[in-house]
Amino acid sequence: MAIDREQLLHVAHLARLELREDEVERLEGQLNDILDAVSKVSELDLSDVPPTSHPLEVVNVWEDDEPRLCLPVEEALANAPEREGDFFKVPPGGAT
Amino acid sequence: MIDTLRLTAEEAARLLRNKEISGGELWEAYRGAIDERDGELHCFLHVCDDPGGDGLPIAVKDVIGTKGIPTTAGSKILEGYVPVYDSTVIRRAKEGHGLRILGKTNTDEFAMGSSTENSAFGPSHNPWDPSRVPGGSGGGSAAAVSGGLAPWALGSDTGGSIKQPSALCGNVGLRPTYGTVSRYGIVALASSLDQVGPVARTVRDCAFLYSIIAGRDECDSTTVELPQDVKLPEGEDLRGIKVGVPKELNEAEGIESGVGEAVRAAIAKLEALGAEVGECSLPQSVEYGMACYYLIMPAEASSNLARYDGVRYGYRAEATERLEMYKQTREQGFGDEPKRRIMVGTYALSAGYYDAYYGQAQKVRTVIKREHDALFATFDALVSPTSPTVAFPLGARTADPIAMYLSDLLTIPSCMAGLPGLSIPCGLSEGLPVGLQLIGPQFAENTLFRIGHALEQAIGFDPVPERLRA
Repeated sequence: MAIDREQLLHVAHLARLELREDEVERLEGQLNDILDAVSKVSELDLSDVPPTSHPLEVVNVWEDDEPRLCLPVEEALANAPEREGDFFKVPPGGAT
Repeated sequence: MIDTLRLTAEEAARLLRNKEISGGELWEAYRGAIDERDGELHCFLHVCDDPGGDGLPIAVKDVIGTKGIPTTAGSKILEGYVPVYDSTVIRRAKEGHGLRILGKTNTDEFAMGSSTENSAFGPSHNPWDPSRVPGGSGGGSAAAVSGGLAPWALGSDTGGSIKQPSALCGNVGLRPTYGTVSRYGIVALASSLDQVGPVARTVRDCAFLYSIIAGRDECDSTTVELPQDVKLPEGEDLRGIKVGVPKELNEAEGIESGVGEAVRAAIAKLEALGAEVGECSLPQSVEYGMACYYLIMPAEASSNLARYDGVRYGYRAEATERLEMYKQTREQGFGDEPKRRIMVGTYALSAGYYDAYYGQAQKVRTVIKREHDALFATFDALVSPTSPTVAFPLGARTADPIAMYLSDLLTIPSCMAGLPGLSIPCGLSEGLPVGLQLIGPQFAENTLFRIGHALEQAIGFDPVPERLRA
């Protein structure tokens, strides 16, 4: 499976990356090399093998929903690029 | 006079306990070494002031969140970010043992790399030969320990980022069993693989640091209690231990002859110490491990790195409209390797490709896990080189991402299976350290420490880089 320029730009949009033209050109070759290498996984017939998403046999941890101390607002906002009052401030939305 | 190149953490602790040195003197010795050699080695992205107290100093990889101390993960997108809380491993190091953070060590950006050359702040250099890489991603931590800039350090390992730099710098490094060390407060790369672990000058120091950070954490639901306490290794006898030598991990194409020789000599020593050694095989784990890893890791990374959007912390690009702000922030903030992996991961997870790539890779992961499990019915541990090569020259692999990826060929399979791995130095090739890795079943750290310690004593490797010896 090869990735063409149009697909690459679509994936970049999904990943919210505004790639420069020189990056698009370089990535097209590199991504195809990488995808070619990783496509090796398709050589194996694994229709009867279950997937592993996690290396340990752990089950969900349940807790009572009780409020406890968490980050104070000032600390949560301490690294904000921009804030307004007790909120993170972002530019207005556009088309997605 | 404190010789930071040779002092072990264990010996430093004894000197402090007996009041032969003060905490201040110890700190100053390492700060002196940093002032003297970090200009050349560039191990640290940030050096701290002495927080006071009599605890041992420690270097910390810059993907580990530290309250009040900048944490960049080697990325411009986190430049200036100062965490408002400590990661659990740091909390344990401080509260239980008063460890003092010397500074934050260099890493490939978001721990993506095998040489530190992907750091947005420039590469670190190998103390054995500064024209060569220290390995990566945790090259800063490994070079700091090897160069006498810290007695020990914390690293993080996804596919080899503790073991490989430890091997290239002549240190002892442990990638712990997945789930034994909390990931709370760590900058995430691939969550089903990431583990924090120790880098040290001896197996005993490595085991002790592991005992400090390991154990269940209520802030990380993937952690578990250790089934047994960590035991500091003492004996030099390996009778009753069975060690497997997987053919594919020891005969892989690309293993340098000097590396192979040093590891074979060490395997002979294992037998001399009383261990039973037998050949075995991991046919699909090595052949399909890389392909499996380079799908699962970027897929998880693309998801984890979605949080860097310029809203809550880190870099934000100037833009008048929100989508543009996201895209420009990420375009300007991320370097080439994160972008490459985000693209591969996003593609592998996208509609129409998910089953063929990500879904299939997860099944291969099952195959890898089963192959390893089957060997542990016979063997207590497996042995192989840690890295196919010794430290390579800066720039040698930067133009070819796949050549760089192959640095982790031998460490990746056991990481996929969630297994612990200990790398110890076993000799020199071309004047550079060779690392040997011991892989065990889940939670077998004590076995790895026992074998590693006995082998360490038998080999008698001098961890001080030749050019720095007095």
